[in-house]
Amino acid sequence: MAEVLVVTSGKGGVGKTTSTAALGAALAQTGQNVVVVDFDVGLRNLDLVMGAERRVVYDLINVANGDVRLQQALIRDKRIDTLYLLAASQTRDKDALSEEGVRRCIAELRERFDWVICDSPAGIERGATLAMRYADLAVVVTNPEVSSVRDSDRIIGLLDSKTVKAAKGERMEKLLLLTRYDKVRAGRGDMLSIDDVLEILSIPLLGIIPESEEVLRASNLGAPVTISNATSAPARAYMDAARRLNGESVSMTIPSDRSTLLTKLFGRRAA
Amino acid sequence: MKFFSLLAGRRSAPLARERLQILLTHERGATGHSGLIAILREDILGVIAKHVDVAPDKVEVRVENSDEVAILEIDVEIPRMAARAMMPRERGGRAA
Repeated sequence: MAEVLVVTSGKGGVGKTTSTAALGAALAQTGQNVVVVDFDVGLRNLDLVMGAERRVVYDLINVANGDVRLQQALIRDKRIDTLYLLAASQTRDKDALSEEGVRRCIAELRERFDWVICDSPAGIERGATLAMRYADLAVVVTNPEVSSVRDSDRIIGLLDSKTVKAAKGERMEKLLLLTRYDKVRAGRGDMLSIDDVLEILSIPLLGIIPESEEVLRASNLGAPVTISNATSAPARAYMDAARRLNGESVSMTIPSDRSTLLTKLFGRRAA
Repeated sequence: MKFFSLLAGRRSAPLARERLQILLTHERGATGHSGLIAILREDILGVIAKHVDVAPDKVEVRVENSDEVAILEIDVEIPRMAARAMMPRERGGRAA
C-alpha cells in the first residue's frame, strides 16, 4: 500500500528539498521503493540536490500531459537501487500543470512505489496546492523562527481544506519536522524551543534536524545527507524520522556532531 | 546600544513566542484555519449586538491549549454607557 507524502512549509529556504532528498534516501535505504517528485515547476532543484541534474530528459509535466510514459521520465538513483526521481520542468511555469494530469500521475506512481514523496514549492499558490492535493500525509518543515512558524500555520490550514482527503471529510495527517535547530541557542532562550513550536502549531513531531555544516556539504556534492555522510548528526536525525514514518517508535533525541580534540586539531575528516 | 540590550535582557525567544501566539490567534480567525473560532465569534457578536451597541473589533475569541484541556476565552469590550444599562437597577442599594 503506497503512501503519498507531501513535504511542505509555505516559506522558502527552510529545508523542503533537503528533507525530501534525505527522507527519500533514508526510506529507500531500508529497501522500500521510493520516488521523490519535484513539484517546483520553473525553479526545480531536487535534481541538483540528488546529483541527477545532467540526467533529466523528461519531467513531471511531460508525464502529467501524457507526452511520455512514466517509465521514460523516472530517473533511477546511481547509489540506491530502490530510489527514483521525477524531476520538475525548468522551462515551463506552474500553470502548465493540470489537476487531472497530476491526479493520473500520482495514481500511477502509487502502483509502482511504496513511498511517493512530493517536494512542494514555497508559497500557497497553484504549485503548492497541487503538490499537497493527493497526499495521504504531510510533513511540515519548520525552522524555529517566527516567519517560518507563521507560514507553517497557514500551510496547516490549507492542508485541512485544500487536499482531497480533507474534502472527503477525512483527517489529514500532519507531522512537524523542525529543521536548523540549535540546541545551544534554544537553551539560552535565543531561539524558539521545540516545545514553543509544538505548542503553537499543535501537530505531532516527526523529528528534529540540528543545524549542521553537513547539509550544505551534501548539496555541494549532490547527495542526500543520509548518503553523503550517514553518521553525521543531520543524517542520523533524518534516519530516525524515516523510521518513525515507517511506524517504528524511536525516542526523540537531537543528534549532535561530536567534535573531539582530534577533529578540532586536524579539521574534519573527508567523506 | 549594547547597554540597552543588556538592560532589556538577552532572551528573545519568549518575545517571539508571545508575538506568534497573538498574531496566529487573529490570523486563524481571518483565514478560516480554525473555522470554529470564526463562527463562534460571529455568533457571539450577533447575540450581543441585539442588545448592546458593540464594535465588531471589540469581540475577541481565543482558544488556549494546554496538555489536558483547551480553554475558550471570550473578551467583549463594551462602552461604559451600554455597560451601565446592563447592570441591575437597585434603588439606593448596594452597587451591583
